[in-house]
Amino acid sequence: MADTVIDTKKPGLMVGWLDLGAMLKECVITALLSAVLFLPFIALHADTGGSGGLVIETRWDSWAWFVLAAFVGRALLVVWRENPSSRTRDMLAKTVVTPVGGFFRKNMVAIGLVALVLAVLFPISPFGNRYSVDVATTWMIYIMLGWGLNIVVGLAGLLDLGYVAFYAVGAYSYALLSQTFGWSFWVCLPLAGVFAAFFGVILGFPVLRLRGDYLAIVTLGFGEIIRVILLNWYNVTNGPDGISGIERPTLFGLEFGRNAAEGGTTFHDFFGLEYSTMYRVVFLFYLILALAVLTNLFTQRIRKLPVGRAWEALREDEIACRSLGMNPTNIKLSAFALGAMFGGFAGSFFATRQGFISPESFTFIESAVILAIVVLGGMGSQIGVVIAAFFLIVLPEMAREFEQYRMLVFGAAMVAVMVWRPRGLLSYRDPTILFSKITGRKSTGREHQA
Amino acid sequence: MAYFIQQLINGLTLGAIYGLIAIGYTMVYGIIGMINFAHGEIYMIGAFLAIISYLVFGDMGIVSIPILLMGMLVISMIFTAAYGWTVERLAYRPLRGSFRLAPLISAIGMSIALQNYVQISQGARVKPIQPVVQGGFQLFTQGGFAVQITYLQIVIWVLTTALMVGFTYLITQTSLGRQQRACEQDRKMASLIGVNVDRTISLTFVLGAALAAVAGLITTLYYGVIDFYVGFLAGMKAFTAAVLGGIGSLPGAMLGGLMIGLIEAFWSAYFTIEYKDVATFGILVLVLIFKPTGFLGKPEVEKV
Repeated sequence: MADTVIDTKKPGLMVGWLDLGAMLKECVITALLSAVLFLPFIALHADTGGSGGLVIETRWDSWAWFVLAAFVGRALLVVWRENPSSRTRDMLAKTVVTPVGGFFRKNMVAIGLVALVLAVLFPISPFGNRYSVDVATTWMIYIMLGWGLNIVVGLAGLLDLGYVAFYAVGAYSYALLSQTFGWSFWVCLPLAGVFAAFFGVILGFPVLRLRGDYLAIVTLGFGEIIRVILLNWYNVTNGPDGISGIERPTLFGLEFGRNAAEGGTTFHDFFGLEYSTMYRVVFLFYLILALAVLTNLFTQRIRKLPVGRAWEALREDEIACRSLGMNPTNIKLSAFALGAMFGGFAGSFFATRQGFISPESFTFIESAVILAIVVLGGMGSQIGVVIAAFFLIVLPEMAREFEQYRMLVFGAAMVAVMVWRPRGLLSYRDPTILFSKITGRKSTGREHQA
Repeated sequence: MAYFIQQLINGLTLGAIYGLIAIGYTMVYGIIGMINFAHGEIYMIGAFLAIISYLVFGDMGIVSIPILLMGMLVISMIFTAAYGWTVERLAYRPLRGSFRLAPLISAIGMSIALQNYVQISQGARVKPIQPVVQGGFQLFTQGGFAVQITYLQIVIWVLTTALMVGFTYLITQTSLGRQQRACEQDRKMASLIGVNVDRTISLTFVLGAALAAVAGLITTLYYGVIDFYVGFLAGMKAFTAAVLGGIGSLPGAMLGGLMIGLIEAFWSAYFTIEYKDVATFGILVLVLIFKPTGFLGKPEVEKV
């Protein structure tokens, strides 16, 4: 009986491997659903009318386009899904390592070195004008934040939705220390990191016993609490007005302004150069490059230490770790504090670069962007962060007219990556230490992280 | 005393909103064990639908307030439920059996996408509407302070109570509710005895979204102004409410919602209004640390 039931569902019009009837049905359903979904938001628009009240404005043509797009999109999806020789689909579904990911994995050290050399040469190359170096600096900030968060999310597997709180702590501690005590950037930078790590420990200690998703929400709550405090604690943080006139960094005491402060020397005077604002921009770029490289080297090294291995073990199976006598809270706490420390470094760099900070810069969206960089790049993957940061920071910077669609695309991309490649675009999760298949020996070669 | 009672009244109204949203969190958590981070955005979509349907009805020349309210209620529930269903279908269903944090990350992505979708399609400016239900009466006056209940607050309480009664009936008495509870207890076993698990989960999202839509409608009526960003904070607070009441427990969600509403009202009244969000988040942290099961929740046993 059951067989006949299946048989009665005869295929419709077949074109090669494609069942046109079934496809059409799917597409029509999708189109109808999208027609319903888009009706109140695309077709109708509650616009502010002339008298200040709201009036309804209709946009039937764009609604029709959206529904059509849903129809065509579904059709393409079906073709892609049903096509027996679709290589991308099989690749997404089956392989752990994409060809791109595999390429990166094999040539990791070489790619890293080439990228570093290119980054060092970039400001003095013909492309290194003021604007491009500025954008590259922003890119490096996010790479550094991504690498810092990668310690927490990628290695230790703790979803931190309030990472921007540590960024804020770093920025404000530099700004306040420098304005209150007149300390220089180089004194405050390590202090900012220490403060951020300290906050990481304070915030982390009570909550790290919680399960993954609770932890995520609590860190989000902490991020918001810190922002609200910064916003309302006028006496110290100057509230929504922020702190301005933050001191710029110096190079061994050489300043980058036009005129030196009392008793100081400017960079251009010292080297007998013409004054140019470009020197500071380039200096800031090298500064953040050095900080980011430091973050990366630190992460690469610590992965091979017992604590780094413990993070990865804990990420894979907490219960097993506990039964082996590891203390999950302390291990998580170390990851949390170290991640926070790098966030703090990046924060104080941000403060000194901008010269102005306000709570506006430290909203949840910022946390979400950093998390998106880590997730899209592949959690635990170092090069993935660089590439994801390029797509999420540099591209939107270059295509300003699409600015308002940026976050929409981020969100959609996060969903898409989770659905198709939950481990991220470039990722694969090798443990740092592997038993080699053939010899059974420990291999400590280059098969770690991309 | 009069001031206290006034705050109590305001707090209960606020609590009704949080409670309705919290049910969505708690049901989804109960059945698939994930925090539906996009639920706050679903609530925001409900609020926008209330405004849009209000304007459309206004253009159609409907002035009778009961018909208007019913119309807004039905429209926003239906469309928001469609959004809830689609979100589950697109972002969560393909992730069954993925690693634990995958649905949460996907939900965060969905939340960002929905927020910006509404911002782009409807504009970033706040949307104000005229008060639909006006007036009220004074309970009593004491020391020059008049305790007032507005008709709108009564409408909100009646609506919320009716929904809660209907919802409790649905979950405890109907076969649909039985299936829902079966999936909550053991999804695999439920599917073995013929419960369509996927459909039940979808339905959970639809129900949660419909209740969030009511909360959105209430917000629109009560405050008269919304923007695309309302979902984030309200969602966080409703989640706090769900945790406080005991996540997974329906009466707990409502109880937690009322408590959060009251705490927020009294905090704003007696302490500093700037830190009222900090108070809520502080409660969330304290509850999670000291009593993760909340008031009415069951302890969660971790099995290997």
